[in-house]
Amino acid sequence: MRRAAVPYVLNLPSWIFLAVFFVIPLASVLALSVATGNPEVGYQYTGHVHEFVSAISTYQTQLIRSFWYGIASTVITLAISYPVAYWIAFYGGRNKSTYLFLMLLPFFVSFIIRTLAWEFILADQGLVLGHLKSWGMLPQSFHILSTSWAVIWGLTYNSLPYYVLPLYVAIERIDRRVVRAANDLYADTRRTFLRVILPLSAPGIFAGFLLVFVTNVGDYVNQQVLGGTGTYMIGSVIQDSFFTNQDYPMASALSSVLMLLLLVAIYLYARTFGTDTIQEYS
Amino acid sequence: MTETVLQPGTSIDAPPLVRRQRRKLSGYVLPVFVWLVIAWTIVPIVFMIIFSFNQAPTGRLAFNWFGLTGTWYRNVFAIGGLTQALEHSLAIATLSSIISVVLGTPMALALARYRFYGKAMTDMVIFADIAAPSVVVGAALLGFFLTLNVPRGLATILIAHVAFSVVFVVVVVRARVSGLDRSLDRAAADLGANPWIAFWKVLFPLILPGIVAGGLLAFAMSIDDLIITSFVAGQAVTFPLWVYGAVKTGIPPQVFVMGTMIFVAGVVLAIVNSLVSRRSPA
Repeated sequence: MRRAAVPYVLNLPSWIFLAVFFVIPLASVLALSVATGNPEVGYQYTGHVHEFVSAISTYQTQLIRSFWYGIASTVITLAISYPVAYWIAFYGGRNKSTYLFLMLLPFFVSFIIRTLAWEFILADQGLVLGHLKSWGMLPQSFHILSTSWAVIWGLTYNSLPYYVLPLYVAIERIDRRVVRAANDLYADTRRTFLRVILPLSAPGIFAGFLLVFVTNVGDYVNQQVLGGTGTYMIGSVIQDSFFTNQDYPMASALSSVLMLLLLVAIYLYARTFGTDTIQEYS
Repeated sequence: MTETVLQPGTSIDAPPLVRRQRRKLSGYVLPVFVWLVIAWTIVPIVFMIIFSFNQAPTGRLAFNWFGLTGTWYRNVFAIGGLTQALEHSLAIATLSSIISVVLGTPMALALARYRFYGKAMTDMVIFADIAAPSVVVGAALLGFFLTLNVPRGLATILIAHVAFSVVFVVVVVRARVSGLDRSLDRAAADLGANPWIAFWKVLFPLILPGIVAGGLLAFAMSIDDLIITSFVAGQAVTFPLWVYGAVKTGIPPQVFVMGTMIFVAGVVLAIVNSLVSRRSPA
């Protein structure tokens, strides 16, 4: 009897903490998104999805833009991270952990400072563009900052380590004998990769996609530092509705849209790969 | 060990063309790509370090190089608000990593060693916490604190930081516990140790590197967080918040000096921890 209680006792402190400061606040966002009012006069739970509809229709440009930036940056990050993770896992040899460490170096510099550094590097008259322009290799009007590409660049850069890690874990655990078997059965490199390695690393691809995509859709710092007025994303809208307009139901409805996206993604992952593996890649 | 005798890796009838193709890709193209990505990863870090020595004429970070100076290092704490913000960040990061370790380690033990009701649910919550967009978590916590009339300040920042870093401690420590040989526990029990003594004498020393790594990760995430903090900070200012607030008025070079110092300290700590954990028997 006492032994059976052990895991519950061990879990209890974290469970309470996470329930109070993570699950309940997020659940109340969902609840608040179908209410009207503000903190002073209290809320009325209408149960209408009215706020949702108006939130989505008012900010559809920003929503669609955020999704597009999220998809683009995640796909580019995957395309860059996969070969890196693959090479480190299969050919890293004794230096595997050194290569991984080098890939994780940005973790030791503040997110805001990394993004700021890019702002300075990519500035119109900065080190790179300034010189290229003075050498006449680029037209004077050329600029990167405040374009969509600058934002996607920043998002991609900042999510790189978050994608390399789950991919590395997934590829690393592939049994080398399976790969060798494919070779012995005369599969060429391309087919070994497409038929054996790629499917076996799918959980890592999906887990990383989920992690990076959801984070990037909701990000607003890259957009604020590297982007301009034409790159406004939904994260900034949520921030503004909280601090500038104090429209909490609107902020909650927009947060809920992002949260539903996360829940759908987690559900899809759990259905495809099961729940056991889900946090091994995180 | 009979496996090694049967290994077909040396088979001589493999088509040579395939092997050569593969060697070209893995031996030349991929490593060059990996090193390019690592170089790209390091660019903003190098920029930060070099420009922390830049003799910028206006006392603000400049786009171009004006000559070497140690002024910013000598006057690193000359800006009162920035120094105080850094102190806040360091205090919150220290406390939140300690609390996260204390809360997270028992949960990691429970998840790694026991079957219990609600395990799948716990996994899901952990993953949701890791993947949840910061802007949603921040907005949800602010709404929660507003509803309960909790004054925002350093305490709410601390709570928010524990809420997102505790799950990272769980993931890291759990990986360490899962990698351990269970017969060690049983040996301790057979030798008459009660579970409490067995834990402190056997398990704890073995998982300590995992706990330290989890704590360092929690520290790094806390000192780095901008988005969630911006929601729950009230009038309090942390290092990333101060830097973000200064983006529009111009960044003093001291920011890069502090960034460089944090970077160097983090890298040194990570290297020391990995050396120590490599020496330990597990």
